[in-house]
Amino acid sequence: MSLNYDQAIEKYEPTLGLEVHVELNTKSKMFCGCATEFGAQPNTQTCPVCLGLPGALPVVNKKAIESSILIGLALNCSIAPFSRFARKNYFYPDMPKNFQTSQYDEPICVNGFLDVEIEADDGVKSFRIEIERVHMEEDTGKSLHVGGSTGRIHGAEYSLLDYNRAGIPLVEIVTKIVPNTGKYAPQVARAYVAALRDILRSLNVSDVKMEQGSLRCDVNLSLSKIGSGKLGTRSETKNVNSLRSVERAATGEVIRQANRLETGERIVQETRHFLEESGQTRPGRSKEQAEDYRYFPEPDLVPVAPDAKWIEELRKTLPEKPAERRKRLQTAWSVPDKEMAAMVNAELLDTVEETVKLGADPTKARSWWLGEVSRVANDRGVLPTELISVKDIAQVIALITSGELTDKLARQVVEGVIAGEGSPSDVISKRGLKVVSDDSALMKAIEDAITAQPDTAERVRGGNIPAAGALIGAVMKATGGQADAAKVRELLLKHLGQ
Amino acid sequence: MAAISRDEVANLARLARITMSDAELDHLAGEMDVILGAVARVQEVAGADVPATSHPLAVNNVSREDVVTPSLTPAETLSGAPASEDQRFKVPQILGEE
Amino acid sequence: MSIRDNAWAMAHALEKKEISAVELANQHYEQIASVDKDVHAFLYLDKEGALSQAKEVDKKRAAGEKLSPLAGVPLALKDVMTQKGVPTTCGSKMLEGWRPPYDSTVVTKLKSAGIVILGKTNMDEFAMGSSTENSAFGPTHNPWDLTRIPGGSGGGSSASLAAFEAPLAIGTDTGGSIRQPAAVTGTVGVKPTYGGVSRYGLVAFSSSLDQAGPCARTVLDAALLHQVIAGFDPKDSTSINRAVPDVVAAAKKKDIKGMKIGVVKQLAGDGYQKGVENKFKEAVAELVKLGAEIIEVSCPNFEYALAAYYLIAPSECSSNLARFDSMRFGLRIGDDGVKGAEEVMNLTRQAGFGREVKRRIILGTYALSSGYYDAYYGSAQKVRTLIKRDFDAAFEKCDVLISPTAPTTAFKIGEKSNDPLAMYLNDIATIPVNMAGIGGMSLPCGLAEEDNLPVGFQIMSPAMKDDRMYLVGGALEAALLSKWGKPILDFAPKLAGSK
Repeated sequence: MSLNYDQAIEKYEPTLGLEVHVELNTKSKMFCGCATEFGAQPNTQTCPVCLGLPGALPVVNKKAIESSILIGLALNCSIAPFSRFARKNYFYPDMPKNFQTSQYDEPICVNGFLDVEIEADDGVKSFRIEIERVHMEEDTGKSLHVGGSTGRIHGAEYSLLDYNRAGIPLVEIVTKIVPNTGKYAPQVARAYVAALRDILRSLNVSDVKMEQGSLRCDVNLSLSKIGSGKLGTRSETKNVNSLRSVERAATGEVIRQANRLETGERIVQETRHFLEESGQTRPGRSKEQAEDYRYFPEPDLVPVAPDAKWIEELRKTLPEKPAERRKRLQTAWSVPDKEMAAMVNAELLDTVEETVKLGADPTKARSWWLGEVSRVANDRGVLPTELISVKDIAQVIALITSGELTDKLARQVVEGVIAGEGSPSDVISKRGLKVVSDDSALMKAIEDAITAQPDTAERVRGGNIPAAGALIGAVMKATGGQADAAKVRELLLKHLGQ
Repeated sequence: MAAISRDEVANLARLARITMSDAELDHLAGEMDVILGAVARVQEVAGADVPATSHPLAVNNVSREDVVTPSLTPAETLSGAPASEDQRFKVPQILGEE
Repeated sequence: MSIRDNAWAMAHALEKKEISAVELANQHYEQIASVDKDVHAFLYLDKEGALSQAKEVDKKRAAGEKLSPLAGVPLALKDVMTQKGVPTTCGSKMLEGWRPPYDSTVVTKLKSAGIVILGKTNMDEFAMGSSTENSAFGPTHNPWDLTRIPGGSGGGSSASLAAFEAPLAIGTDTGGSIRQPAAVTGTVGVKPTYGGVSRYGLVAFSSSLDQAGPCARTVLDAALLHQVIAGFDPKDSTSINRAVPDVVAAAKKKDIKGMKIGVVKQLAGDGYQKGVENKFKEAVAELVKLGAEIIEVSCPNFEYALAAYYLIAPSECSSNLARFDSMRFGLRIGDDGVKGAEEVMNLTRQAGFGREVKRRIILGTYALSSGYYDAYYGSAQKVRTLIKRDFDAAFEKCDVLISPTAPTTAFKIGEKSNDPLAMYLNDIATIPVNMAGIGGMSLPCGLAEEDNLPVGFQIMSPAMKDDRMYLVGGALEAALLSKWGKPILDFAPKLAGSK
């Protein structure tokens, strides 16, 4: 009988490790001046250096060093006073030199941490993820495989290589092992990558688009029998292209490894690929023998010894930490923890903040974005911000606040904007959704209602205020719902001497 | 000093991506032995207190500004390619890929 | 004016319009046509490019434009430097027919100076060797005796000078590949301070040791060429960012009175041919006559230099040569549509690399591998520190150091090619200079009595003080010229077909 996740987690303790590669958004490559534009025609952004032609030599991009230091500082790392590039030697056609210029035992940043929060059963739980190192390296070219993938057609299979991406600066962030996450391991993994992404975005060092490959995550996981005190063998899962996949990959590995261990099989230390469709992982290319990277200091580059003054200047430019910003906004907007977490998880914090900046009341902004707009967005499988703009929501909220729209009318306006009928003003005029606030028009409707329900009107005159509801309802019906119910009530009661 | 075996040389040839015949491996193993015997003496003076020199001249922090400079044209880039297709380098299939 | 003149004399003749650059180039091509079938210094002749460059220079001179001192002078370029559109083989089948899409910085500077690059010269494959016997395209023959080696790895460049096929040449030196060929061919060769000349476009053998340098028949010619090719290059991170010392003025000065000159104790004795040592001692006596003070210095760690070199260089080369995998350029073997990329790589590298290159790649792979790094590569890097310290201590007491350049004169082709260790010993006196990154020069100091073959005299100067070796070299050369009555190459047997 195979174990499910809950059963697995009852018997086994997971230990996590996460490696994240970030593609920096520098204008030029790590070691040469070629452009780094995404989606350019193949082999149009290449030169002797990034092609690894005989005789070519690297020169380090200063901005890449700066970005790496910023990342290290934001992750509370120590910046190495002296760091070196090293060659990582292995053969692969997408690597022009057949070595990657990276860093080995002298990385630029070490020993940092990142605190993440997850929603546990009994409330918000905090985990401190320790960062082992942050180092600089270069990206590889891209290969396209051509030919039949099923069945071997003689001579049909080959690969095509584009080196535009080769040499683009990469920063690798490696955590120390993350123990004691228990059943929350997959959530912690996801929360870490999400928090890291937020920080990188706030530093503006990368466009961190997982779907485009500018943020890549490898999930390392091992299991040990609860109480055994011994660490298990870990697997490394690559090809994890979204936050959701990070969580699923961790979950999948816990289940897979637990089931193997239950039957007495060992876990093989290997690289696995994550499969989106099934949420499973499969073994990567099997290597008979381990690759020996034969690291040695890069002789074509000199050491990087960032000046302490420069580091302090960079530290001053650090933006507010995402976690601190969240706390600040939570206090400013008086948002309860659970609602705050919901907003963050829905990735709508920035959107709400922008709406508030345009003058909207925070509670109303939150309620619109997470309520009505998210509902429609989820149904359609798109992002809320793809349906309607911050400007439009802010405008709608402003109209509610000024009394020109009721909540009910506002919902119709939003619906109209989403349907593509134009701006809120366009929708209001096209659909004639303005609140009837003209007193004389309202009075007419009120008088009509009183005429139609004389007994009810008499009861109200006699002091039975609740009876006014029927009259108010009649007025609302007569105005097609476009009257401000509160105003109607006010005018009606006054008219009836109350 | 232990002799370097043919298997060890075979592993080195694999790491270095060079096909070698058994005869060549044997011959190389013999040559390696002689050469390693001669060069191993570096250990005699390489004490723990001696720092390594990676660069002859002690200079740090050479870098360039983040500006884009002209690349080669695709024609120049592909000019030495043994094979190409669709402006990409055409290479034999890379085994083990999805 | 004849092709036996030195480059400076040719430059003057060009300046005075006694000869045009085109005529000068053609004269050299005629000499090449006569003798290179025997010498085999050249792998490729770029007549079109050279004559086009020569025409350009002549045009500019006719228009009265100010030109560089060496404009219009021909030069032979070691085939390890990239030259755009011109075959660059590095003496290897791996790159047979490869035409780089870019110029090395050295070539860019040569072209800016109006120097006429006649063609590419033969070399040991990927600069690995001391005899040019490791070239995939056949050896070069020493113009002094065609049955003998011209030295290596830059035997083609030095031989072209000695055979009067060119007045100037560019070589590269990693363990002695400029100096040792200069020594055995009776010419001048200089390895500048590491970082003095850009390595951009120099196909890397051992990155922390390689340096390009000037080769010529006189010290002044070498100085003039040094001035053209040296200088900071932003494309090379290991390039020295300081002004080039005035090597031309130093070469002309010829006054070494009071200079302290150190003789390195370890670079003598066992393994050194008697005739070589005798000629060295006679040259030292000349230096004394010129007013220099000779001091004996001991550099005990030099005993380990050869061992450290044959760990560092192969290690770096095993990594530098990994790019030769048939995917993007160069040779491709075995691509039948069925074999995978890895197998094609393996077959190509087997076929494309010669024995010495493969030997060093395997050795280097071993020295860097997990478990062996500390004992081999790591230890060798420490020896490097010790050698540097020995030089530093010696230079506290002396302005320059001297030794014979090579332990023997030119040996016979085939004599040492089956004994790698014996071959490696040719570099025993030159290697320490590369390990420390300082400057080294070889100039002729006579003919060994045993065989009447040229002996080289090595001068070593502290890092970034290359002018000192030109100062001492210039002075010694003048003294020896006066002693001999004619240049040393005039003692060489005339080559068949030579003018």
